[in-house]
Amino acid sequence: MSSTLPSSADDTPVFYETEPHHHPEGASTMLGFWIYLMSDCLIFACLFATFAVLGGSYAGGPGPRDLFELPLVALNTAMLLFSSITYGFAMLAMEKGKVAPTQAWLAITGLFGLAFLSIELYEFANLIHEGATPQRSAFLSSFFTLVGTHGLHVTFGLVWLVTLMAQVARHGLIAANKRRLMCLSLFWHFLDVIWIGVFTFVYLMGVLR
Amino acid sequence: MDSTGIAHFIFGRLTWESLPLHEPILVGTFLAVALGGLALLAAITRFGLWGYLWREWFTTVDHKRIGIMYMILGLIMLLRGFSDAIMMRAQQAMAFGGSQGYLPADHYDQIFTAHGVIMIFFVAMPLVTGLMNYVVPLQIGARDVSFPFLNNFSFWMTTAGAVLVMTSLFVGEFARTGWLAYPPLSGIAYSPDVGVDYYIWALQVAGVGTLLSGVNLIVTIVKMRAPGMSMMRMPIFTWTALCTNVLIVAAFPVLTAVLALLSLDRYAGTAFFTNDFGGNPMMYVNLIWIWGHPEVYILILPAFGIFSEVTSTFSGKRLFGYTSMVYATVVITILSYLVWLHHFFTMGSGASVNSFFGITTMVISIPTGAKMFNWLFTMYRGRIRFELPMMWTIAFMLTFVVGGMTGVLLAVPPADFVLHNSLFLIAHFHNVIIGGVLFGLFAGINYWFPKAFGFRLDPVWGKRSFWCWVVGFWFAFMPLYILGLMGVTRRMRVFDDPSLQIWFVIAAFGALLIAIGIACMLMQFYVSIRDSERLRDTTGDPWNGRTLEWATSSPPPDYNFAFTPIIHDGDAWADMKNRGYERPTGGYLPIHMPSNTGAGIILAGLSAATAFGLIWYMWWLAGLGFVGLVAVAIGHSFNYKRDFYIPAEDVERTESQRTALLAAQG
Ligand code: HEM
Ligand SMILES: [Cu+2]
Repeated sequence: MSSTLPSSADDTPVFYETEPHHHPEGASTMLGFWIYLMSDCLIFACLFATFAVLGGSYAGGPGPRDLFELPLVALNTAMLLFSSITYGFAMLAMEKGKVAPTQAWLAITGLFGLAFLSIELYEFANLIHEGATPQRSAFLSSFFTLVGTHGLHVTFGLVWLVTLMAQVARHGLIAANKRRLMCLSLFWHFLDVIWIGVFTFVYLMGVLR
Repeated sequence: MDSTGIAHFIFGRLTWESLPLHEPILVGTFLAVALGGLALLAAITRFGLWGYLWREWFTTVDHKRIGIMYMILGLIMLLRGFSDAIMMRAQQAMAFGGSQGYLPADHYDQIFTAHGVIMIFFVAMPLVTGLMNYVVPLQIGARDVSFPFLNNFSFWMTTAGAVLVMTSLFVGEFARTGWLAYPPLSGIAYSPDVGVDYYIWALQVAGVGTLLSGVNLIVTIVKMRAPGMSMMRMPIFTWTALCTNVLIVAAFPVLTAVLALLSLDRYAGTAFFTNDFGGNPMMYVNLIWIWGHPEVYILILPAFGIFSEVTSTFSGKRLFGYTSMVYATVVITILSYLVWLHHFFTMGSGASVNSFFGITTMVISIPTGAKMFNWLFTMYRGRIRFELPMMWTIAFMLTFVVGGMTGVLLAVPPADFVLHNSLFLIAHFHNVIIGGVLFGLFAGINYWFPKAFGFRLDPVWGKRSFWCWVVGFWFAFMPLYILGLMGVTRRMRVFDDPSLQIWFVIAAFGALLIAIGIACMLMQFYVSIRDSERLRDTTGDPWNGRTLEWATSSPPPDYNFAFTPIIHDGDAWADMKNRGYERPTGGYLPIHMPSNTGAGIILAGLSAATAFGLIWYMWWLAGLGFVGLVAVAIGHSFNYKRDFYIPAEDVERTESQRTALLAAQG
């Protein structure tokens, strides 16, 4: 808020703006989206808390040491981290206003995301095949739910990414599209941060347990 | 597939037996609702109002109309929630001496669950959200909220949740678990039918709406304030709205998560809250109260804001201790996260943990007490006008203090070991929720109604309603304190000890008085609309108000303010009046506005269909609904033209009408 406010010649202050008062379209979008992300973060917080409480309840079933294959998870982590970097490159291209490189980097990001999801599904399929299903124990319920919720977010991010690519193709890098790309960027990096939590607390510390 | 196989595919678990054709009460209610509904639909068709409703209301993105629709939703649901209450009161008053009353156990359990859920989620929440929606943008001198389309969508999601709960009355049944649906009772083993699923999906769908409207209002308050309005110049109602919406954004995700886990247990057979396979039901109890306690502050804080505005307006003074009021509100907001465990002191956390949560709970009464004193000092030496909003405020102060004190009693763990889950608890929370939230909402409705519609609510019927409600409340709930102290537990359908009956009869009498109070309230609306000319207010400022919403006309034009106000002081409108503000009468400019859209109602309809499919295991419907949701959402994002300009001539026309009106009263 400005501290010096207009006042007219005599002592009555000016009580209204005569110039058009403009809130540029979408000025608040980033703040709103950020607040939404924080609320999403709380959902993950609940799932982490649930995992913390139930993560040791194997109910006589398999535990993390029997199940987790760290090399595979490391590969998966790499996929997601790379996708974050390439998203960053897309944003740099966007800032320069270059449509083609933006789209290319977005596409590469999408492919990394897809790779991440495929590896995750492969891991899930293996676990289920070995009998380590979400129904087997509270530990597995909370494991599948936490990791799966993250995976669902990535899936949703991919749908969004494709939509945005179509919109950029159609309208170019107009202000509205840039704003949307920025939101998705926040979302995508946010999922990265969550994944680092998952990787550390679920996989690494699980194997140490 | 044979024919039963096909029927099973199409209808899931929905069969003829799911319809409560054997329950005369429900059939009667259904007939009444159906006939009433048909009559309404016929009338709308007959008078050709569909187009008008669709264009001007259902698809509107105007925060004022959305606010009004929230209020209508809340008031309609109040009738349903109260019907449940009076049925319980009647049952408990008669079920003595071997009588089973008139409600079978299976039905009674649904009634108390539905009553609690409806009153909290579909009465109190919509009324609070409605008032915030209507008032906040006006109080901060804005043209609308930050995300007008989301606002429309939020409203329809809340409504879709309400529709699901209402559907459960006639198609299937509602949960029999109590309003928080604790597992393992709410798990699939003990509640195999659709009741809990209705509960889960109604709350999930409505929860999306609540969360988004929380985000929306926070951003609006942070970003859209008129120039000069620093945080410490914001009207106190806006402050409480800000804190409430922060609480919404910080608490509702927890509800979403915990209900999602419960649904995984029920649908996918996971073991979060089960007794076997390592599950832990206490996890649910903790999580749901981490949402649940902030929820009660979500409801009460805006009510505190309303009382503050009303007290200061009707005492003709600036609010006493504005700064302390703001800090008290913020402190309550923070503390409300540190007390959730007081809801289950008896469930084995141990003495140290219980002491911690007992003390934090008691500490909350300090900022709350500070507020009480601020209101009292505002009234002290004021020229108090005892109009309806002020009457509700005084009734609140007298009633709420009692509820607050019994709350502090319950916060003492050893005392809670005796009183937990007794009627004393029921009396306590109705004492604060009716005496605080509802009275506040009624004060707010009477206070802002003339702003929204351009005429006041009739004071005669208003006073009748007031006295019935207040006296009825005391009759209905004081006996419950006594019963609770005698050890009577909640959620009981029949009683053995005949000496208790008299108290239940008194409570039923109180509920009857409240029923009359509600009838008077409906009468008040009817009479006021009929006599709107007599009650007309052309000034836009019928109460000699102090905040910006009274600076514009009643009802305000679509764009709220022709020129954005500049603020030099808290109580901006009082300041403007004091220092010779003159209303501008020329130099109008085109005004940038958001356009209406049908996407909100369509998305909410698809959500309700998806939820219905999930509840009844009609997987094709759930799948189709979900695909539809995604498709419509994506489709909507391809629409880039979301705004238009109101031409300067239109603004000029609207404003000169107001000039003429103001001149006519001299
Ligand atoms: C208007 C007059 C009202 C009456 C006469 C009334 C009456 C009752 C009764 C008889 C019960 C059951 C007590 C028992 O377990 O034995 C109850 C429970 C409850 N009421 Fe109310 N009530 C009223 C208003 C409200 C309001 C406004 C709210 C909230 C905004 C509310 C929220 C609840 C809740 C959450 C429960 C607990 C339900 C459960 O046991 O799961 N009530 N009420
Ligand atoms: Cu509490």
